[in-house]
Amino acid sequence: MRLPQLSQFNALFGLALILLIVSSPSPSRAQTSLSGGNASQVQQGEYLARAGDCVACHTAPTGPRFAGGRAMPTPFGTLYSTNITPDLETGIGKWNADDFYRVMHVGRMPDGGLIYPAMPFPSYTKVTRAESDAIFAYLKTIPAVHQPDRPNVLRFPYNNRSLIIGWRTLFFNEGEYTPDPHQSAEWNRGAYLVEGLGHCGMCHTPINALGGSSEARAFQGGLIPMQNWYAPSLTSNKEAGLGDWSIDDIVDLLKSGRSRRGIVYGPMAEVVYDSLQYLTDADTRAMAVYLKSLGQGSPPPEATTTAQRAEKSLLLTLGKTVYETRCATCHSANGRGKPPDYPPLAQNQSIEMSSAVNAIRMVLNGGYPPGTAGNPRPYGMPPFAQTLSDNEVAAVVSYIRTAWGNRGAPVTAAQANELRTAPLE
Amino acid sequence: MYFPRLAGKPAGYLYNQLEAFKVGRRHYPPMNYLLEYLPDQYLMEIAQHFAAQHPTNEPPPIPDVSQDVLRQGQALANSGVMERQIPACARCHGVQFTGMEPGIPGLLGLRAAYISAQLGGFRYGTRTAPAPDCMQVVAARLTEDDVKAVAAYLASLPPSQDSVPAKVGSWPLPLACGSEPQ
Repeated sequence: MRLPQLSQFNALFGLALILLIVSSPSPSRAQTSLSGGNASQVQQGEYLARAGDCVACHTAPTGPRFAGGRAMPTPFGTLYSTNITPDLETGIGKWNADDFYRVMHVGRMPDGGLIYPAMPFPSYTKVTRAESDAIFAYLKTIPAVHQPDRPNVLRFPYNNRSLIIGWRTLFFNEGEYTPDPHQSAEWNRGAYLVEGLGHCGMCHTPINALGGSSEARAFQGGLIPMQNWYAPSLTSNKEAGLGDWSIDDIVDLLKSGRSRRGIVYGPMAEVVYDSLQYLTDADTRAMAVYLKSLGQGSPPPEATTTAQRAEKSLLLTLGKTVYETRCATCHSANGRGKPPDYPPLAQNQSIEMSSAVNAIRMVLNGGYPPGTAGNPRPYGMPPFAQTLSDNEVAAVVSYIRTAWGNRGAPVTAAQANELRTAPLE
Repeated sequence: MYFPRLAGKPAGYLYNQLEAFKVGRRHYPPMNYLLEYLPDQYLMEIAQHFAAQHPTNEPPPIPDVSQDVLRQGQALANSGVMERQIPACARCHGVQFTGMEPGIPGLLGLRAAYISAQLGGFRYGTRTAPAPDCMQVVAARLTEDDVKAVAAYLASLPPSQDSVPAKVGSWPLPLACGSEPQ
């Protein structure tokens, strides 16, 4: 087992997933109820469940679909996702559409119990009643699985459920999405999906010391707790901000996992694999239009490094050698790659951005973009953890971050070494 | 650091391993991570690619165990131990240890440490195969000394570059295996 690192301690319940029932006073229940969905509502619900990526958290690696039990390590202990199949005893078989809407909208269980915000209800609160009902109607049609939920294992004081009340006061704003009348219907649909069901902010908004996402810094990026991948800013064009991307490139990236500008990898590969590849062209395009509008030009960051000047030039000489031996065959000596299968490294925001975590991890661990209908045979990058020393990893990453006009900063062997133990699952 | 050969192993076996890494039935994080989001059809194509290759004629390393141990390994591999219900390796993997399509791998051209690690993995459940998991059954009957001996013996045999897995159904299996039609 790996111990959480200090840098990860600025996250409370930041990871996607988990309903946890808490016994607390039960507010009175709303009385409207919806019985039985029709076929088109169920179909719509299945689509929306994909958009919300419920399956990613509510299915254990080899377990039955939606039956829960996926372990979610956090700096505070391990949470387990719950069974959301319609089993009467262990699932949501006894719930009605009101119960489900309340979970989505206010983060409370049918008995009023509070839910840990690892379940992204602070995003799902923006989902409309009609769409919540459709998802519920769909979940009622999937095979019931009898599988009791695993109790969470949280350390003191995080096992004190009343902490959630304080957290909610600070970070939870209840309310469905309100369209911006100054924007197009397409932009609004995109915003609704990105901020609501897509719950992109769970990773792409920095998490503060209390484990809350800061609204003022929405989509500005941050290190994902426990996973040691950096979720880049969606607002800064120096990171994953898409301000200077074409709509078609954004659509390709979201839908197939691959584009002329780069590929998805790490935790984002899962999101495309389980969720985004299934969205309609209209919804994908709407998300692209909204995401592009978030991108803001920002001045190039100052290149800062802890490496000394002499050390730096040695590093870059070694880096160039490693690059030419190991990388240039696919990514080209000029860093332009052979898009879309061999992504360009020159002017690639993912390489240049201030955090070097992802670039180092790709060199160490390699990786594939997800296999999708649009890219069923993805090209992979081999891992180099076994063949390159810490010095060589630092050198080659420093080289690709500074060559060809790239404006990233060099990295140190210590940074490379630290990420050798980053979790791979 | 050692990575076992893929060249020339049966496609069905390689596919089963890719699938096992993908869903976590085999546990090795660098592989689990790489395969997580790849479609099964693509994994099958990858398996077929490597199955069509031929193993290299690398001479086996000099064994670092005694002749007695090698003889014990030879007896296990070729004859098994009837009173402990341990079938010979050759009963399933073939008298030339070339394996059989679609799911039984060849055993030559692998290092002793790798073979003993796999037998240990079956025994302790970190490597599992579709039920009935025959290798789990066999590995559970082996002692530490058996594992050491049989691994050393198999690793001491030179692989033949033109050895290919036998066709499916070439010989009957002594016990039921989820990876092989019977």
